[in-house]
Amino acid sequence: MAAKKTEQAEQAGQTERTKQAERPLPRFPEPDTAEFWRRTAARQLTYQVCDQCSRVVFYPRAACPACGGRTLSLQVSAGLGTIYSATLIRRAGHPYFLQRVPYFVAFIDLDEGFRMLSEVIHAADHTASSLVAKRVAVSWEEHSELSIPLFRPIAT
Amino acid sequence: MPGLESSVAIAGIYEYPKRLVGDLSVLGIKAVCAQAALDDAGLAWADVDGLYDAGETGLLGVLEFAEYTGISPRVIDATAVGGSSFEFHVAHAARDIAAGRCNVALLAYGSLARSQGRAIGVGSRLSAGPPTATSNMEDPYGLPLAGGYALVAQRHMHQYGTTAEQLAEVAVAARYHALRNPDARRALADLGIRRDGELRVEDVVASPLVADPLHVLDCCLISDGGGAVVLVSGSIARSVRPRPVWVLGTGEALASNDNGGDLTSGAAARSGPVAFQQAGLRPDEMEVAMLYDSFTITVLTILEDLGFCGKGEGGAYVEGGRLRFDVPGGPAVNTDGGGLSSNHPGMRGIFLLIEAVRQLRGQSTAQVAGARHAVVHGCGSQLGGRHSGGTIILGAR
Repeated sequence: MAAKKTEQAEQAGQTERTKQAERPLPRFPEPDTAEFWRRTAARQLTYQVCDQCSRVVFYPRAACPACGGRTLSLQVSAGLGTIYSATLIRRAGHPYFLQRVPYFVAFIDLDEGFRMLSEVIHAADHTASSLVAKRVAVSWEEHSELSIPLFRPIAT
Repeated sequence: MPGLESSVAIAGIYEYPKRLVGDLSVLGIKAVCAQAALDDAGLAWADVDGLYDAGETGLLGVLEFAEYTGISPRVIDATAVGGSSFEFHVAHAARDIAAGRCNVALLAYGSLARSQGRAIGVGSRLSAGPPTATSNMEDPYGLPLAGGYALVAQRHMHQYGTTAEQLAEVAVAARYHALRNPDARRALADLGIRRDGELRVEDVVASPLVADPLHVLDCCLISDGGGAVVLVSGSIARSVRPRPVWVLGTGEALASNDNGGDLTSGAAARSGPVAFQQAGLRPDEMEVAMLYDSFTITVLTILEDLGFCGKGEGGAYVEGGRLRFDVPGGPAVNTDGGGLSSNHPGMRGIFLLIEAVRQLRGQSTAQVAGARHAVVHGCGSQLGGRHSGGTIILGAR
């Protein structure tokens, strides 16, 4: 029984490998994030500012979480920030991430005042611990209709 | 908030003893556990008039469970906030019983997580349903459940100098307790845990990393399981067989990783003070603390957030075996072996309540002599992201 399970898992693994699994992408229609992802095609990392209370809002949404204001303006970030925390993922279930392990995932505090989850690339000389508090810049991974914002460490 | 003194008690508990259940469905496990907990309370199936359900069989699971068991409740609560749902259920049942809306409240849980091969900590967490704002912003980055906790641990280390060895102390104490608990010992064997004896700090930090800085022995095991809890009004509590364990205070909170927020402090920092205030008790009056140990870091941050030590002092606090039931200087933590070494079928919150009641009845396998007060804290979903916190203060009077 156990042997059979392993065999099946191996077969599934091989199928995935030959397929070259791809990064999971945002799916649409999804009204809250549609504009954010549309702008990534032009390599723009956007965030919202509430017209009513000036609070920076991220991820994008239809109402300000601070005051409920319904008018939020889209701003373009310079794409520079500081890593708030980082981890090196060594085990993953999804076939794309399984073929990518180990990889860094981090919370990044952008200079404009919002925090986002992303992947840190070009960081082979780092550990999760040494990445914390490091400066990073956005780095775009292009797909057909949009780009995924990733981050890379920069010299300071 | 009015006090709850002597108005609501836990009168019945039951924990399914096996971690590989075998031949029961999830609803079957829940029904078997419910019957046993009612039996423990000296009550009957027909006495139940309040039903609380965490939705582990689906969004409308409470409907299914009521049908399956033939229970026809007057109060129905399907609060589903992850593994801490049962602490929320106790808070709501206490409120409902105190208001006279029901007299016998049943909480039941079942899971076949292990048998079904659910990789809770490191599996793919891609959302299956229609996309949402959060799924679209998170799915591309491959953060497994364990990764969210790892981000909290990494920040805690950066901010306060907490070490991997200090986190390991939580797992070491849990195993120390598990080895005294026959059900936990059998769990370690049945689940094929390779290192099933005593753990040392160096064993934990030498185990493979899952998501830095968390090692595999910083993570809870994955089991099948189930359990049930019966809460009753004060008048019923005085007439049934077991020593009642009184609900003295409750607190609920939700938290998320907001812009500029401090990841090292969670929902417990808000649910805890509310519960302690209602109970009129302080953390240092707790002989027992049942704290959700999905990962070692979860316990560390909860200890701080509940006020057993200051923020950032958790690492030093847990050193030297302080969490053990036989070491003075703090509450005994997770005396059944915890999710780290006894039972974690996905939503551990109900087992926290069950072991706290055992302690206050004097029936734990790692019994704190004369324990009178216990705090229970459940942490649901993903610390480091959206999560829930439910704090319950229990007392034997």
